[in-house]
Amino acid sequence: MKDQQVTGVSALQLPPASAPTRIAAPIANAIDDPSVLMEVRSLKKYFPIKEGFVKKVVGYVRAVDDVSFFIREGETLGLVGESGCGKTTTARCILRAHNPTSGKILFRTKAGEVVDVAQFSDGEMRPLRAEMQMVFQDPFASLNPRMTLLDLVGEPLLVVGGMKNHQERQARVAELLQLVGLRQEYMQRYPHAFSGGQRQRIVIARALALNPRFIVADEPVSALDVSVQAQVLNLLLKLQNELNLTYLFVAHDLSVVKHICDRVVVMYVGKIVETAPTHNLFFTPKHPYTAALMSAVPVANPRIRARMTPLEGDVPSPANPPSGCYFHPRCPYAVDKCSTDLPLLEELEPGHFVACHRASELQLVGIGDAKTIEIPGLEVDR
Amino acid sequence: MTDYRLLITTTISNMNPDNQSPLLAVNNLKTYFQLDEGVVKAVDGVSFDVHPGQVVGIVGESGCGKSVTIKSILRIVPPPGKVVEGEIRYWPQKQATYEASGFDGSVDLAKLDPRGKEMRSMRGSEIALIPQEPMASFSPVHTIGNQLIEAIRLHQKVSKKEAAEMAIERMHEVGVPSPEQRMNAYSWEMSGGLRQRAMIAMALSCNPSLLIADEPTTAIDVTTQAQVLSLLKRLQESHNMAIIFITHDLGVIAQMADYVVVMYLGRVMETGPADEIFHSPQHPYTKALLESIPTVHSASRTFLPTIAGSIPHPFNRPPGCPYFPRCVDYMPGVCDQLTPIIQPVNPKQAASCFLFSDAAEDVEPATVKSKR
Repeated sequence: MKDQQVTGVSALQLPPASAPTRIAAPIANAIDDPSVLMEVRSLKKYFPIKEGFVKKVVGYVRAVDDVSFFIREGETLGLVGESGCGKTTTARCILRAHNPTSGKILFRTKAGEVVDVAQFSDGEMRPLRAEMQMVFQDPFASLNPRMTLLDLVGEPLLVVGGMKNHQERQARVAELLQLVGLRQEYMQRYPHAFSGGQRQRIVIARALALNPRFIVADEPVSALDVSVQAQVLNLLLKLQNELNLTYLFVAHDLSVVKHICDRVVVMYVGKIVETAPTHNLFFTPKHPYTAALMSAVPVANPRIRARMTPLEGDVPSPANPPSGCYFHPRCPYAVDKCSTDLPLLEELEPGHFVACHRASELQLVGIGDAKTIEIPGLEVDR
Repeated sequence: MTDYRLLITTTISNMNPDNQSPLLAVNNLKTYFQLDEGVVKAVDGVSFDVHPGQVVGIVGESGCGKSVTIKSILRIVPPPGKVVEGEIRYWPQKQATYEASGFDGSVDLAKLDPRGKEMRSMRGSEIALIPQEPMASFSPVHTIGNQLIEAIRLHQKVSKKEAAEMAIERMHEVGVPSPEQRMNAYSWEMSGGLRQRAMIAMALSCNPSLLIADEPTTAIDVTTQAQVLSLLKRLQESHNMAIIFITHDLGVIAQMADYVVVMYLGRVMETGPADEIFHSPQHPYTKALLESIPTVHSASRTFLPTIAGSIPHPFNRPPGCPYFPRCVDYMPGVCDQLTPIIQPVNPKQAASCFLFSDAAEDVEPATVKSKR
């Protein structure tokens, strides 16, 4: 284990996987590319709606509906969308916290073998748990208040790692605490003695205990105070550099996603509407929903104000989605075709996939350049 | 105490050239919670003014006392919390609520009985509140219409039928689709955005002069947040209301507020017009806070400047300036001994920091008062 970690450190010298020169493989067989760590293919997760005394199934909530994407080794893939869009369900299906209804989750193991995690039993999953770990949203709910840091961080070592020796475990926990920026003397304390930011560090240390290669971070900073968010984001970046980790970063805050991700997947009502390298997505979005999300982000600059053109209406329910393109009732550019035909995810530019009938003809504005916007705003305000 | 207060009033009236009297003047407000473990100074000497038609944003992280400040203004601080010192002067804009006002036409809300008739006539009619979580604020067993009609009839002498018409009109104004049908809906039948709109309709039902919005968009999504923010902005302009807007999101503050109050651990760190706060922050805390947030325009995958440490627990409040343990400009022997008083830094901004002024708070009176 130790040796592999060292090779991981040397691998970080390579440029990040999002270098613009690469040619994106078509989504269908992305896993053939050895730099791809995981490929999710047509993932579906339907939750049944049961009614009446006999619990008859009357319908399904299509939380995740035919989602396909891939993650390269060492990159951070952002999964964004509003609440109810299925981003957390997707993340949980990947870790098999939910059992997917159908679809494939292809994962390249440490040994270099490609396995379909979606079909694995609990027993088959167990050795893989060491390679994929999760950081949860709320550090006040994800740490058992009756366990000390030694027990909390040491538990995966005992349960999956089989590290029975107490001294050995203590040494590893001390090492992990140091890695996330906590003092090792804290080992005997309970979580209540720590602030939100420190607790999130403990959760990260626990996730790192088994030297994972892939970490799913489900809104890791949204429960934290503004002044500590930056600390945790910096820690995640530092650990990725040192340990060559791959992140699936689930978030709703676009500023955080823009800051930390190499590529971004945008979801709307259980489907992917757009996926692109971060810079392309934010500066040249191709889907009207992505553009609407960008314009809805409140910019921390009082001189840029007039840009907010809010979308009408509400997010439809995944139990009863609209016909055609799910976004058409709210879309300002919708044509007749949009209400009847479901658009497919197509590659418009290398690496830039969009599910929109009018993607190639629309000229959409992303976040824009802060400096060019600022000057006219300044004249209006004064 | 009075002399620095005068100075701040002059700075604030500078940005209001017509020199009208403020709508609300909070002066050295202190709200303490007496617990068995000790005294939590949730709000510890907060002063700011709100002028008619102005949007004042109070920004701060959790535990900075922003919510307790507005609860003190509305006199709904939950026990054992108590307003122990300071005044909350409010200038009523409606004839019916003039009874309690003093010689300059103002009422000191801090002196009113929280359960008394005067205070009850203020709430809803003069000062309205939009709470953070509309789901928890509506009754689940009464229809939205019923609750709106109740609020209207509490403050206005109208029949049920007239009140229902007024309620429908308000719902229409805030953009609730088919308001006649929504009158008979329950809060749990509506989506988050619609529920928040209904809450805004309820808050506006009696034409308040001051609207307090306590994190009104924290629980909802970005696209819905944009809808609610632009709605509030539109209503503020058409009704010429003043709004106290509370949030921890600096982006929302930048979009909404004319004037910003930055709070940390129950004290005001800096005040000033929004443009100055965002483009030339003075206090080390404001500076550090603005630098540490990632924005869509900042460089990707770089290390952000951070504020060291975390917010202290309310029982372990540091002596002196509450921010000194995390401050980059900490001056040993000064910041950890004395508590700075908010002082004008330039014609527009005021900050409470020893970098700008030596004025310190006299420690004695506060401790004597809290023992009372």
